[in-house]
Amino acid sequence: MVNRIIVGAHYGLKDWLAQRITALLMIGYTVIFLVVWPRPMSYAGWKALFAQGWMRFATFLLVASVLIHAWIGMRNVWMDYVKHTGLRLALEVATILWLVGCAGWAMQILWRI
Amino acid sequence: MPDLTAKKKRPLWYNLSPLNLPLPGLVSILHRVSGVVLFLGLIAFLYLLDLSLASESGYAQAVGLLRAPIAKLLVIASIWALLHHMCAGIRHLFLDVDIGTSLHTARRSAFAVFIASLALTASIAVRIW
Repeated sequence: MVNRIIVGAHYGLKDWLAQRITALLMIGYTVIFLVVWPRPMSYAGWKALFAQGWMRFATFLLVASVLIHAWIGMRNVWMDYVKHTGLRLALEVATILWLVGCAGWAMQILWRI
Repeated sequence: MPDLTAKKKRPLWYNLSPLNLPLPGLVSILHRVSGVVLFLGLIAFLYLLDLSLASESGYAQAVGLLRAPIAKLLVIASIWALLHHMCAGIRHLFLDVDIGTSLHTARRSAFAVFIASLALTASIAVRIW
């Protein structure tokens, strides 16, 4: 039984908005990437692309967007299909840890160049 | 003051199986499936990025990994997941701002999402095979 006031608490509005904004950022990155990726592909060109400051800045924003976007999406999936509260909490925590870890890994890849 | 508490007893189970899933519904569930696929594929993507940017030999190793037929199939599947997720997502953004919300237009845009993502995937698949 649903037993709560159903107006006035902004249920999920911020998440909803964050998912849209991160989606637009990722579309923007895709467009930029398609323009600047080295043709023909080579190690030198690939490395030079990611060595540029602005590209790292943009890729950092991409990583942050993926982190937020994937978190909201995966949380929705867990909320829809996993009814056991403890298991759902465990999966949600695992998702956050995994995504934050991946974001750290991505940063290490970019700033090591 | 009106009672805004939703306390009406609602049916807990709807039997939807006699209904055909309309095309926008199929786009919607595949949007979710492709999103989960991309989440799971994140590790492979990061591994390849790590390898390819680490050194000249790492780059060659990553290229070598991607030459295997099974890897190509996985890359093509990932590209489809990305394109479907992106096309369906762009359609969603338009629906959010109330563009294309009539049933007729929504069905046509759902069809367009399928065609666009499959056609783009096919054109990329031909090139990388």
